[in-house]
Amino acid sequence: MKKKKKKDDSSKNVAKERLQFILVQDRINLSPSEMESLKKDLLQVMKKYVDVDDREIDMEINREDQMMAMVANFPLRRKEQ
Amino acid sequence: MAGKALVITSGKGGVGKTTTVANIGTALAMMDHRVCLIDADIGLRNLDVVMGLENRIVYDIVDVVEDNCRLEQALIRDKRHKNLFLLPAAQTRDKTAVQPEQMKTLVNELKEDMDYVIIDSPAGIEQGFKNAIAGADFALIVTTPEVSAVRDADRIIGLLEAEGIKDPEVIINRINPEMVSRGDMMSIEDIIEILAVKLKGIVPEDQIIVVSSNRGEPVVLKDNPKAGTAFKNIARRISGQEVNFISLEDKSFFTKLKKIFSFS
Repeated sequence: MKKKKKKDDSSKNVAKERLQFILVQDRINLSPSEMESLKKDLLQVMKKYVDVDDREIDMEINREDQMMAMVANFPLRRKEQ
Repeated sequence: MAGKALVITSGKGGVGKTTTVANIGTALAMMDHRVCLIDADIGLRNLDVVMGLENRIVYDIVDVVEDNCRLEQALIRDKRHKNLFLLPAAQTRDKTAVQPEQMKTLVNELKEDMDYVIIDSPAGIEQGFKNAIAGADFALIVTTPEVSAVRDADRIIGLLEAEGIKDPEVIINRINPEMVSRGDMMSIEDIIEILAVKLKGIVPEDQIIVVSSNRGEPVVLKDNPKAGTAFKNIARRISGQEVNFISLEDKSFFTKLKKIFSFS
């Protein structure tokens, strides 16, 4: 759930990160290990087509109006010229 | 004309539901609305104590449901405002003594005669919670800036939406502006971003709440600048007025002011 490279370790940020992690599990009933394997599977599919930087993948479950949305962020590596 | 029924709930216990019900209810009554508070926490009644009305209870909600008395007989009129009423919970029974359908009928009957019916929900997500929300048109969720309270609030939002109570709004209670500015407490923005619901009110942490519950006198009765103003503002928003959120920066504003004056 890390968002930025620079880590803010104020206790409020720790609370927020823990909470976001807990809510993923609560909202879609997916355990951390299931989430991890979903991430791996998605990554395999993505890699068939594009060059993904797998160290920076970010996945979140957000509530948007009446719906849940899974937002995944796969940073792409720029093609070497 | 029928009034509106509002449930105040939280999931987690001890976040200030009962205090919120007592204060919002009293504030609405002070604005000349006819208000009835329902204590839906059967077996652990508290709202009567927070309101200072514990010595007046004759009948309770279970007596009404079981036809031991008429609804009007169980209503306690507030000693300070004659347009404010309380329907107390039973203390010697449990949540199963009332069914959601009965609760719905009861709330609808009260709505005929009241502008606002405010239901104090028990903690938890079991039958007591289901009873409390059965007759409600709207829901306000009380939370505090803690991981466990916000987590439970999120769970409750999901359950309310599943039960057809749309767009619940949140009250963030016991916020401590100094801790927020130090980075040791989640801010209003953090919590609203995570829960993705509308904000209905911000109540700062205030020691006067303990004093007021000691005395059985809701804080809105007196001119109280922190929690009192916050609860009055929530009541005004409920009645449809546009009220700006209180600024939590006030403290730092005063410190800035002090700094300026200490220059000389």
